[in-house]
Amino acid sequence: MKILVCISNVPDTTTKIKLTADKTAIDLANVQWIINPWDELALTRALELKEASAGKITKVSVISVGNQSAEPTIRKALAIGADDAFRVNAEAKDAYFAAFQIAEAVKTEAYDIILCGIESSDYNGSAFGGMLAEFMDHPSVSSVSNFEFAGEVVKVNREIPGGYEVVEPALPFVAIVQKGIAKEPRIPSMRGIMMARQKPLKVVEAAPAEAMTEFVAFEPPQPKAACKMVDPANVAELVELLHKEAKII
Amino acid sequence: MSVLIYTENFDGKFKKTTFETVSYGAEIAHQMGTTAIALSLGSVADNELLTLGNYGASKVLKVNDARFSNLDNQAFAAVIAQAVEKEGANVVIMSGSNIAKAVAPRVSVKLKAGLVFAVSGLPKNLSPFTVPKKVFHGKAFADVVIKSPVKIISLAQNSFGVKENRQTAVIEAFDAKIDDAAFKTKVTSVEKSTGKIILTDAEIIVSGGRGMKSADNWKPLEELAGILGAATACSRPVSDEGWRPHSEHVGQTGKIIAPNLYIACGISGAIQHLAGVSSSKVIVAINSDKEAPIFSAADYGIIGDAQKVLPELIGAFKKFKAEN
Repeated sequence: MKILVCISNVPDTTTKIKLTADKTAIDLANVQWIINPWDELALTRALELKEASAGKITKVSVISVGNQSAEPTIRKALAIGADDAFRVNAEAKDAYFAAFQIAEAVKTEAYDIILCGIESSDYNGSAFGGMLAEFMDHPSVSSVSNFEFAGEVVKVNREIPGGYEVVEPALPFVAIVQKGIAKEPRIPSMRGIMMARQKPLKVVEAAPAEAMTEFVAFEPPQPKAACKMVDPANVAELVELLHKEAKII
Repeated sequence: MSVLIYTENFDGKFKKTTFETVSYGAEIAHQMGTTAIALSLGSVADNELLTLGNYGASKVLKVNDARFSNLDNQAFAAVIAQAVEKEGANVVIMSGSNIAKAVAPRVSVKLKAGLVFAVSGLPKNLSPFTVPKKVFHGKAFADVVIKSPVKIISLAQNSFGVKENRQTAVIEAFDAKIDDAAFKTKVTSVEKSTGKIILTDAEIIVSGGRGMKSADNWKPLEELAGILGAATACSRPVSDEGWRPHSEHVGQTGKIIAPNLYIACGISGAIQHLAGVSSSKVIVAINSDKEAPIFSAADYGIIGDAQKVLPELIGAFKKFKAEN
């Protein structure tokens, strides 16, 4: 059994967002790049499953769409413990484009389980995993917060308002994961970083495809008015402000 | 030409987010000079379906088929795509919920339709079709052009609001073609707490951070939430410590929320936390550190130890509730 984890290369979540002078893009100079946090949790869970599988899961691969500048992030995934990696050599113009590329790149690879995160922390799309599943004609389960095997059967928890459902998908399938899937993302060890340099990273050329969407302009959020301070000795004033000024209670 | 709105039901009932989605779709239909059609899958009573007319839907397509009581992404997407084709819809509206996240991308591929999530308002332009959206969890906004003939929009929660726009809706049964073999996932059990206010539905949220100091100190926070009819939430360190369940974590990698009122108790306001809560209408922060970044995001602040301030606040809100 083989697992594929799809990873996106995104700016560190603590990045201060600056726009380019013409406001048509985010200024990406001096940005630190990371594995999209949900994808990193997906990778962590995939490795845990492999380790607990007593040899049944033979391989965990990672794949990303990006140009060469994405390679340090892909190498980090290898350092965390993935066995091998693919990079589709193209800028990921939108989720539709990226999902199409990955579906094309792995269609002859026969992965049984494909994992990815529910959202990207940069452009806040939640489209990639479902699109990939549809391109591959695989079932998908989204909002997955737990992933287990019961013998040969996969059981995942899907979060619903107020709780969760246990879902059994037919394989192969795509699990789109969220918080809870793994406790904490794994950190690469020194040995992992050394080994990652030797692991295979295959570059695949992109197939011809168009993006469906295009970002044309950006703007910063509206500045917020200063916080109004209330004396802790007089909290009734806060209740009054919420009632009369903010009018929300 | 029409606007098709996918309406989610929860055990046969619609919620505020559904009405918001319909209100938004009806306004876009108005801008385009066309009609708003709602689509409902699963068992929903006709009198419930008719309520969609109050928010501008002039027709409700219903697929009254019990197989749709559990979500199967592939089967749902197939039927939504059939409905879009049947109605010749060129704009499809969905909520920002987990169901939309599960289904909309699949509809997008089926119809070769561009899809945008986290849309924050009405289209800025119909040609080229341009919508505003949040990026970096509200640290910036962007205008996105959807280039395909059919466009799919997932609306960020609480970014448009529920707007009444009374129409007399006609209900039409839609005979979707879908075999049992298309349902490839099986729900084997459900764990659901009843009576608890659901975080993503809540109008008011009371949230605790590391400043609460231990899991044992949550009683007053829960009491305040009880008085306000609020849901409880927490920051990431709190769920990582196991003081509260992961399902309560709000922030960039947890839940993104947009309530009317967010009360942050003992939360310093790391940038990732603010990303998850900044869409709240009003933020109240209680923190002992006057330099805490939460105060830069808050509308009202109290500098003090949350554990000492909370009992005072409980008293003040109780008094207010008794008088109002």
